[in-house]
Amino acid sequence: MSKQAKHWEKTRSLLFITLAIWFVFSIGIFFFGAEMEASSFRPLGYPLSYYMTCQGSLGIFVILIFWFANQQEKIDEEFGYSEKEDD
Amino acid sequence: MIKGKFIDNLPKVYGIYTGGFLVFIILMAIAESMGMSSKMIGIFFVSFTVGIYAIIGYLSRTLQLDAYYVAGRQVPTVFNGMATAADWMSGASFVAMAGGIYFKGYGYMALLVGWTGGYVLVASLLAPYLRKFGCYTVPDFIGTRYGGNLARVSAVIVLTVASFTYVTAQINATGTIASVALDIPFKIAVYVGLASILICSMLGGMRAVTWTQVAQYIVLIIAYLLPVFWISNKMGAGIFPHFMLADEVARIADLESQFGLGTIKNSAADLATVPKGLAGITKAHSEVNTTPWKFISLAVCMMAGTASLPHVMMRYFTTPSVKSARRSVGWSLFFIFLLYSSAPMLATLSKLSLMDPNLSTGIIGKSIAEVQNIDWYQNWNQANLMFVSDFNGNGTLELNEFFMGGKAVVLATPEIAGLPYVISGLVAAGGMAAAMSTADGLVLAIANALSHDLYYKIIDPKAETAKRLIVARVLLVIIGFAGATIAALEIQGILGSVIWAFDFAMSGLFFPLVLGVWWKRANAQGAVAGMLLGLISGTAYLIWVRNGGAGFWGVTQLTFGIVGSAVSLVSMIVVSLMTKAPDAATQKMVDEVRIPSGKTVLGKQH
Repeated sequence: MSKQAKHWEKTRSLLFITLAIWFVFSIGIFFFGAEMEASSFRPLGYPLSYYMTCQGSLGIFVILIFWFANQQEKIDEEFGYSEKEDD
Repeated sequence: MIKGKFIDNLPKVYGIYTGGFLVFIILMAIAESMGMSSKMIGIFFVSFTVGIYAIIGYLSRTLQLDAYYVAGRQVPTVFNGMATAADWMSGASFVAMAGGIYFKGYGYMALLVGWTGGYVLVASLLAPYLRKFGCYTVPDFIGTRYGGNLARVSAVIVLTVASFTYVTAQINATGTIASVALDIPFKIAVYVGLASILICSMLGGMRAVTWTQVAQYIVLIIAYLLPVFWISNKMGAGIFPHFMLADEVARIADLESQFGLGTIKNSAADLATVPKGLAGITKAHSEVNTTPWKFISLAVCMMAGTASLPHVMMRYFTTPSVKSARRSVGWSLFFIFLLYSSAPMLATLSKLSLMDPNLSTGIIGKSIAEVQNIDWYQNWNQANLMFVSDFNGNGTLELNEFFMGGKAVVLATPEIAGLPYVISGLVAAGGMAAAMSTADGLVLAIANALSHDLYYKIIDPKAETAKRLIVARVLLVIIGFAGATIAALEIQGILGSVIWAFDFAMSGLFFPLVLGVWWKRANAQGAVAGMLLGLISGTAYLIWVRNGGAGFWGVTQLTFGIVGSAVSLVSMIVVSLMTKAPDAATQKMVDEVRIPSGKTVLGKQH
């Protein structure tokens, strides 16, 4: 397999992991709105359903994007595809 | 004071700007204590900030194509994040969001999840690759990747439909705020708003819009956060409201049951006396009040729409590198998060201020006559945003007898909570900044697509730079006026049009964009079918449901993008596979896009 094909394969696996995490916190947990509300786990004292919609999921997305960017930069570096300063 | 290139001095320039703005707020506060009228404070706030944006717009004027279309591709990561956040957070986010949460609770918060989750898609699926491509506009990518004028024109059509729907809502919002703050009729205020928008974008294109958007972000975030923190501290609810309002949320639930929320219903005859557009509290503040599918379908539409709206995507064309485009998405979402996570807190504080009889600001349970004598009640009643009526004739204001407009939650809460008027002036300036920055981005996205993709690429490919820039500016003014004229008609509410814009964008552009990068086999025929059939089927579904159609899959007029994008995906795959695979040059171009290093696919000036 060529260098570029390997790079793309790794990039694609990173995409799938990122989208899986994204799916859980943007779609998955909201199938269980009522269960979250009844849950005794209450972050900062808020009902879990309320907390996830106003801070939880949103904050996780911010962290997820920065994590994704770091991972992708590592992949690009590994294959020598990072941009040079003077590009 | 400032030496060297502007770009190297950004932190200093905007640091001084922020300091200056804070000093201005303090000066206004002093002026208020010395007896300046609230009307004058409002006028000062709006005209001072708009004046600054106009100066930035003028200073950023340019005669170069890449400066006009993509700000010279030298906007640093964090500043591009701020500009995107302002570009993104519209009048709807600023003025209407907290109100939506206040009235509709959990069901409405699907928008918060959708409008933030979409950025994960932007970062992972699209932004870095489109930056590597080096396009000026989104149709520029579609046109070059798939090849052929038909694909380019189809993309321009979808872009125009989606962005134009959106921009009328934003011009409407600037008009609303300008008319309240400057005390002029709405129909004139719309054009005042338009003039401010054009000053910021006409001379400098993307470069001017970028630097005004950064300035607008600073104003809007101060204007949103300051009242939230202030009210929370004044009420004794907590120094840092985001982490400390659990007791208040629980208290609202107690008060709701104490005041008979959900058990006492208003008769239709009583409700008919309530002015149009105002609503009472009918839904519990923090309960799960909608089905999973309703919540998820709305969130999905907003997420896919986020990843397809051209005015957001084109912000990532302005960064210096692919790497910084990717990181910049993270910063954008961080800056958006600051406001979005505060909206539910504002809704909570606002509701508690009004409801809690233990607070001096609470009005539920007081006598109707007493409430009608409160200054702020009279002001907002006159502005048609507040209304009380003694339906049961007991002389006391009940929870079901108090009505408010959605905008009032943001605009009136500082006054209700007893903050000085200077804060209300600040909030008006913030709302104006939010609506203007989004309108700037949208008008520019449409005008650039028409001038670059339609005029230069198709009608007159030999046009010289000077002529192209003149055409771009003329189109900008025409689009702006068309938007303002439709906004003055007030066909659809602000929030409704915004949600539609996402659905339109998702129907026509989501899959053609994503598959353009991630599926090499996708070809021009498939993309054209995907864009046009997606847009047509989405629109047809919307018209059908609006005219009393039953709909299917539980898809409403707010989520018609699900139907549109499903049709788009299927038709794009089927048509692509039935026709010839893209040629070797196109496949190589896709390979090129997938690695960050090396030259962009399209040249610096094209």
